[in-house]
Amino acid sequence: MDTKILISVEQLYRYYGHTLAVEGISFELAQGEVLGFLGPNGAGKSTTMQMITGNLAPSSGRVRINGIDLLDEPRRAKAEIGYLPEQPPVYQDLTVDEYLAYCARLHRISKGQRSQALQRAKDRCGLGDVSRRLIGNLSKGFQQRVGIAQAILHMPPVVILDEPTVGLDPNQIREIRALIRELGESHGIILSTHILPEVQATCSRVQIIHRGKLVFSETMQELERRLGSHALLLETRAALDTATLAQVAGVTRVDALGSNRARLQFGDGNPAEAIAACVAAQGWGLVELALDRQTLEQVFVDLTCSDIPASTGVAA
Amino acid sequence: MIFTIAIRELKNLFLSPLAWAIMAVLQLIVAYLFLTQLDTFMLLQPRLAGIEGAPGVTDIVVAPLLQTTGFLLLLIAPAITMRVFSDERRNRTMSLLLSAPVYMSEIVLGKFLGVTLFFMLLLAMLIAMPLSLYAGTTLDAGKLAAGVLGLALVLSSFAAIGVFMSSLTEQPVVAAISTLGLLILLWIVDWSSSSQEQVSTLFQYLSLKSHFESFLKGLFSSADVSYYLLLIATFLILSIRRLDQQRLTC
Repeated sequence: MDTKILISVEQLYRYYGHTLAVEGISFELAQGEVLGFLGPNGAGKSTTMQMITGNLAPSSGRVRINGIDLLDEPRRAKAEIGYLPEQPPVYQDLTVDEYLAYCARLHRISKGQRSQALQRAKDRCGLGDVSRRLIGNLSKGFQQRVGIAQAILHMPPVVILDEPTVGLDPNQIREIRALIRELGESHGIILSTHILPEVQATCSRVQIIHRGKLVFSETMQELERRLGSHALLLETRAALDTATLAQVAGVTRVDALGSNRARLQFGDGNPAEAIAACVAAQGWGLVELALDRQTLEQVFVDLTCSDIPASTGVAA
Repeated sequence: MIFTIAIRELKNLFLSPLAWAIMAVLQLIVAYLFLTQLDTFMLLQPRLAGIEGAPGVTDIVVAPLLQTTGFLLLLIAPAITMRVFSDERRNRTMSLLLSAPVYMSEIVLGKFLGVTLFFMLLLAMLIAMPLSLYAGTTLDAGKLAAGVLGLALVLSSFAAIGVFMSSLTEQPVVAAISTLGLLILLWIVDWSSSSQEQVSTLFQYLSLKSHFESFLKGLFSSADVSYYLLLIATFLILSIRRLDQQRLTC
């Protein structure tokens, strides 16, 4: 796959008055990547996205879109971006068609390609049936879809979506996720969300932002490897003995979690069968033996909820 | 790109009943004024006929009509301009323009042009009345043209000031009130000139009205034209700066 860098952000800072909202964020986005932006409310996700799209000026730092500096050549750089803000920027008094036609003109889509671009965006976002209705009369989910249609209308190399699935029903969410994955093959996408399974379902890379700082950045494969468990949870009816369990081949470490629960770590190769055999031989009575999966949620909570040490460290 | 935004702005105005209501009400009031002026002229005409170099129908009917129209529009203009930027920011649609590949100057000029086009439409409708006099008499075409040009410039200034005020606040009503305040101030600022001789020239120069009056006399002076052009440019540049600065501070 072509690894063209579509977005490069260097040392982005942003103050609101004396409040530091974004502190030295740097990252890159390559073509064919779907980057998931996670973080608690008020962590600086939207601010970062607004700065990348030129809606806000950074206090300091550099943003380059497809190699074009956003601050030096805003117009050329912005042509490379499609952006859906938190609230879809739709005019309530226009019909879907009128609105999208206006967006197409704003994005300088030539007259000949306009109707084709409109049709493609409407098809992709499932807006065909409502194209002649007033946006103000549409449900939140449809307004959201109009917002997404607006962002992908001009086929920009970079698509930035701020919480795109808010207000959609489960079917629509699945459609939009499929759309994002499809777009992710040829474009670079940044996606912010609170919904963790969404990140696992759609993204190829995850970044967690907390108190304006980037605290976690890994590709989905790295993350999966990390999360891909090397531990088993064991629960028995009778009390178990950790020393006996440690003898089982493949088990590297045993942590007792109470008298009849234990967490067993292992290296390569899952020793579940041997452990089950051991439990049976000892007559402890097997209740549960399961892989201890660390979820993205756990990573998220670990990184963003450890408030006491974090606040002393980050206090700016 | 400027025209895309301008046309959208103009169409947006007509999507709400406000623009239609303003057009209808203004037409009614100006028609009434026109008829009373015409009545006055009919009364005076026999006496004027005897005087050499007496004021004609253009001076008695058209010039006062244009002047009153200007003042009426001063009261109405804030209602048109108030939502130009305030609404975009309130409805969070501003980011559509900000993330599109357009310069801030294009956005401001587009908005200004859209509002100005609406005013010109309004003006064209109102001018139809004096033009109807051609059916029975002849007008001083030069004076009429100068007056209309003057009014067009005055209206463009209203638009520029209104656009700037709208860029200052998210509340359309606040934008409307402050626009109205500034417009009235600029309209009456020369009233003080009669009492104080020292400051009079400056205040007279600043007044929107004093420059308009020379147009109504049929005087096309480049000083007056450049006053309006400067005023428009100043407020448009201020709007651009204001919106640019908004990206930095909020």
